[in-house]
Amino acid sequence: MGLFRLKGFPGTGSFPHGIHPPDNKALSANMAVEVMETPGTVTLPLLQHLGVPCKQIVKSGETVSYGQMVGKGEAFVSASLHAPIAGKVKRNIKVTLPNGRRLDAIAIQAEGEQIPPERIWEDVRFTQWPRPKDCFTDYEPMDIVKKIQASGIVGLGGAAFPTHVKVMPNDTRMIDTLMVNGCECEPYLTCDYRLMVEAPEAIVTGALLAGRAVSAREIVICVEDNKPEAIRHLQDAARKTVVQVAVLKTKYPQGSEKHLVKAVLGLEIPLGGLPADAGVAISNVQTMATVARSIIKDIPMTHRVISVSGRGICNPKNIFVPIGVSLAQVVDFCGGLTPDAARIISGGPMMGFSFSDLSAPVTKGSSGLTILTHDEVRKAEETHCVRCGRCVDACPMNLVPTKLALAARYKNPELAGQYHIRACVECGSCSYVCPAKLNLVQLIREGKAQLNAWERR
Amino acid sequence: MSDTNRQIDSAMSHENRPGRKPPFIHVAPSPHISDSRASTQRMMVDVIIGLSPAIVVSLYLFRFYALKQILVCVAVCLAAEYLFVRMRGKFFTLKDCSAIVTGIILGLSMPGSAPWFVGALASVVGIGIGKIIFGGVGMNIFNPAMVGRAFVMIAFAQLMGAGAYENVTGLVDAVSGATPLSALKFNGVHTGIAPLFMGVTNGSVGEVSAIACIIGGLYLIYRKTASWQIPASILITVALIAAITDIAGGYQGVFLLHHLFAGALMFGAFFIATDPVTSPLTAKGKMIFGVGTGCLIMVIRLFSGYPEGVMFAVLIMNAMTPLINRWTIPQPMGQREA
Ligand code: SF4
Ligand code: SF4
Repeated sequence: MGLFRLKGFPGTGSFPHGIHPPDNKALSANMAVEVMETPGTVTLPLLQHLGVPCKQIVKSGETVSYGQMVGKGEAFVSASLHAPIAGKVKRNIKVTLPNGRRLDAIAIQAEGEQIPPERIWEDVRFTQWPRPKDCFTDYEPMDIVKKIQASGIVGLGGAAFPTHVKVMPNDTRMIDTLMVNGCECEPYLTCDYRLMVEAPEAIVTGALLAGRAVSAREIVICVEDNKPEAIRHLQDAARKTVVQVAVLKTKYPQGSEKHLVKAVLGLEIPLGGLPADAGVAISNVQTMATVARSIIKDIPMTHRVISVSGRGICNPKNIFVPIGVSLAQVVDFCGGLTPDAARIISGGPMMGFSFSDLSAPVTKGSSGLTILTHDEVRKAEETHCVRCGRCVDACPMNLVPTKLALAARYKNPELAGQYHIRACVECGSCSYVCPAKLNLVQLIREGKAQLNAWERR
Repeated sequence: MSDTNRQIDSAMSHENRPGRKPPFIHVAPSPHISDSRASTQRMMVDVIIGLSPAIVVSLYLFRFYALKQILVCVAVCLAAEYLFVRMRGKFFTLKDCSAIVTGIILGLSMPGSAPWFVGALASVVGIGIGKIIFGGVGMNIFNPAMVGRAFVMIAFAQLMGAGAYENVTGLVDAVSGATPLSALKFNGVHTGIAPLFMGVTNGSVGEVSAIACIIGGLYLIYRKTASWQIPASILITVALIAAITDIAGGYQGVFLLHHLFAGALMFGAFFIATDPVTSPLTAKGKMIFGVGTGCLIMVIRLFSGYPEGVMFAVLIMNAMTPLINRWTIPQPMGQREA
């Protein structure tokens, strides 16, 4: 592995261990982004990001216009919410998200004239973005940060961390490199891929602006080598800018922040640390496109591209949807479930949550739905661990998953701590390869909770 | 499992498709996919495939005697597994084929002359004490086949010792005389290297052909069912120690090749020591395990009363495995910089 060096970067383009699950991207990779019609209602949970919930600032019965702020993120680590449709605020409700959290939400019923969603999508695909010189003279770093905050932008890759916090200039922790994550290493998901192919200009512009905000010396968009189309489009769009495109080896979990930094820069983010500790800021490609639009066109974050895939959905698609539309409507838009659909997952099959209540809304962090059939789903006939060590070979964090899981099963938090259970990023690689079909990740999650409880004692 | 099954409301997505039953949706923790090619059963089947060249050679050389040993051991292992698992009231484990693997390995490690009840008893002890007492496949500390073999080796010293192989003289035309290792040890007689490599010498029925073991072993490594670290480190260690002895004693390489290709070394390195359950988890641990096994094999071969040392070496290292695992806890990524 050591022989291959990543052109222009100190890293090798990969990281030790990891797995190669079939990516199944062909189901939806060639489906150009379709724009979903304006729905009758949207439901906006007040917490769609990591951090503090935002505060509702509209009363029920009030009329709101497109893009109007309806929830204000008052705390620093919080993000505001904007109406994705024009309409009337309904009575407040509670919703349960696919991850099981039950939250207060604002419901808006469509009313009056709507902006055609095609126009909102065209704003993303727009190609005449200002280039470096303009970006650098017209926008001060703090202005960029403020606008990102006002637009309610969060990381669109899944973790949904408020973006303004990441790009906030910081005197004590200098950022050398802005890494834009276009790896999308989860099987089935293709929304980032489509965006890289269809709107590379927006991604590059957003990267330039975000790079300006953190005063990064280098800006690099990272893409796995199973997406040659995306690489070509990004390279075209990045020509004559400081933005570089790094082509990484295809491997799961290449899109994990720690592994991205390792693969490209050859650095290791300290355990319990942040990318900033290695002088890196990381953001997802779709986030960058949204940043470009919000800063240059003054449009808040109201829509996103999601992918709906798997053999359990009739027509796999990539769709541009308003935040808050119900997942049932999304499923209907894709022709409904097939009769042998067995599991609905928010996100990808490696780390996504499975759920059964399709009335939940799309949130800012939803990267898509994966709907698996009985044949695709992991079979859970558990046997004893045969100590084959395959999980050890798979673990990208260099842990011993079987020990962690057994320590959890036998309620031995001390042992779990000795084997560094906290370093687990819950990527699922170990469960994926285990011939005994043990659900290692689930056990490890329990083990972490046990360790916390044991230390608090 | 904690799956909850839920019928998705048909109004949600199927109203316009009459005649279709709404699907059942399962909820379970991530990850939702798994490597369909990997299963415990598949690993065991791999081992059986890997053992097949050795089985074929044993049948060719020892005919009925090999067949008898293998069949008796497999049958008794299966019966013992069934019985003991029933007694413990645990879920049924014959399907994973691990008892068949134990049976074949035991059968192949028997001298052709041993009476049927020796193999049968070894099987009962191997499965019962070697495996089920600890809780079944995956929970045992010692390699079950080697536990069974060690038992009968001690209980029936006459039937299993060097004499067992000499009695076989005349049993089958192809092979005769003492095993190459005892011939060397006790009489200072060297067996030619070519016969050793191809396996037309005397010995336990399955271990005589180095080439058959190497072919099967490479298949296991290719399938990632066995790790390469264990056989590699055992063979290198044995080769090194044998080479030193060779040079010191002026054997001109014969001693080295002899120790590499005679006896149970190849069979043990590829099929016994690599038993995942009883060997360490990490690559580093596996290397330590292999080096330890290799050293012990040579110590026993050179200094003890036994001409062969693979079985005891593996058993001793099995006991060390929990310790090795503890010594070789890997550092997680990012730990050093912390
Ligand atoms: S992969 Fe599964 S069976 Fe193998 S050591 Fe890990 S937990 Fe045990
Ligand atoms: S889930 Fe945790 S233990 Fe398992 S492979 Fe990923 S990081 Fe390692």
